[in-house]
Amino acid sequence: MRSVSGERSAGGLIIILFLICLAVDVFAADQAEQIIRITAKKFEYSPNEIRLKKGVPAVLEFTSLDRLHGFICPDLDIRTDINPGKVSTVRLVPQKAGTYDFHCDIFCGEGHEDMAGTIIVEE
Amino acid sequence: MIISRRDFLKVAGVGGAVFLMGPRNLAEAADGHSTQDDFFFVQMSDTHWGFNDPKINPDSQGTLKKAIAYVNSLETQPDFIAFTGDLTHNTEDPGERRKRMAEFRDIISELKVKNIKFLPGEHDASFDKGEAFQEFFGKTHYIFDHKGVHFIAIDNVSEKTSTIGDAQLQWLSEILKPLDKESPIVVLTHRPLFDLLPKWDWWTQDGAKAMELLMPFKNVIVLYGHIHQENHHVAGHIPLYSARGLMYPLPAPASLPKRIQLPWDPADPYKGMGFRGVEARAGKTGNPEYQLTGYSVINKGGGYR
Ligand SMILES: [Cu+2]
Ligand SMILES: [Fe+2]
Repeated sequence: MRSVSGERSAGGLIIILFLICLAVDVFAADQAEQIIRITAKKFEYSPNEIRLKKGVPAVLEFTSLDRLHGFICPDLDIRTDINPGKVSTVRLVPQKAGTYDFHCDIFCGEGHEDMAGTIIVEE
Repeated sequence: MIISRRDFLKVAGVGGAVFLMGPRNLAEAADGHSTQDDFFFVQMSDTHWGFNDPKINPDSQGTLKKAIAYVNSLETQPDFIAFTGDLTHNTEDPGERRKRMAEFRDIISELKVKNIKFLPGEHDASFDKGEAFQEFFGKTHYIFDHKGVHFIAIDNVSEKTSTIGDAQLQWLSEILKPLDKESPIVVLTHRPLFDLLPKWDWWTQDGAKAMELLMPFKNVIVLYGHIHQENHHVAGHIPLYSARGLMYPLPAPASLPKRIQLPWDPADPYKGMGFRGVEARAGKTGNPEYQLTGYSVINKGGGYR
């Protein structure tokens, strides 16, 4: 009885450990930073629609293909200069699902006012 | 009173009067208000000279000229006219920028009133930190006094990222330091000093710092442009009023997904465009009131408020 019971517990433990490992794995994958690379050039961002998961740390990596640009998303309170030949990094953990507009805040040329995009934070 | 009775009734008839406290040292007339220090000035904004898109404004060459004719026809001529930025539409070509500024200067020389104050907008100044602007129109931030009212012109466009900048904020605090807290102050600037709609770039990134410096003063109003429409907002006790533009209107804040230039309406030419008259007049208590009147580009028979 005992040994059988012991075997059962051992087997149960292994299954539980396996499940925990699986859960941790999934959890870790879910929590891994979302890295998004964005290029800026006169007068657009690529991509100009950025999808992020709520609560998951995100890293936005910007480079400019031509001149100095800006990136500002006022409602998420993030901004950076975007220089050519250099990666500018912005980190955030989006707290609320929704659509957030961003734009270039450095007057970069005649199409500057159209240089904009959106960040979509999904549940 | 310097404004004509007819104009005044027009204004009164369409409402929109703004009453504010001001200097107490004005002489009082028999009817309870001062006459000697009353004055009237005009704010024109966002003329975007050089803009060219017939779908947005098929009269891009004539709109400013018509508005000038309207100002010249006002029965009461303003003591001065303040242009609150975006005199010219942006161009990356420094030669073209100067050409637009020269043309603008020639066109407005038709104004009967010769006392004109200029402020830059980001279209004028952002590419070259206001260099061309200063060649044509002088300093980008400055002060002047008019009949007991302190005017402060703040430049929130020459810096890289729509800021006033620490140096100018320091200058502002020094300007304000010796002033009595009751002093009447009118701030002229291009961009809103408060967060009207940051995602549309309708703010000044460090505007709150300027507002903080102004807060102890009891009699301040802020007149600005940039958003090409009337907007009235009160921050603390300080009202901020934007004026219409003279090239194209922009949508009401967040009323459309994007901040696009609103297309011309053939059924209502010059819709959403115009300029503003500001009457500073001593109230019954001896403090002045500011009365704002909106005017269209062409005389349609009265102010629009
Ligand atoms: Cu502007
Ligand atoms: Fe403008």
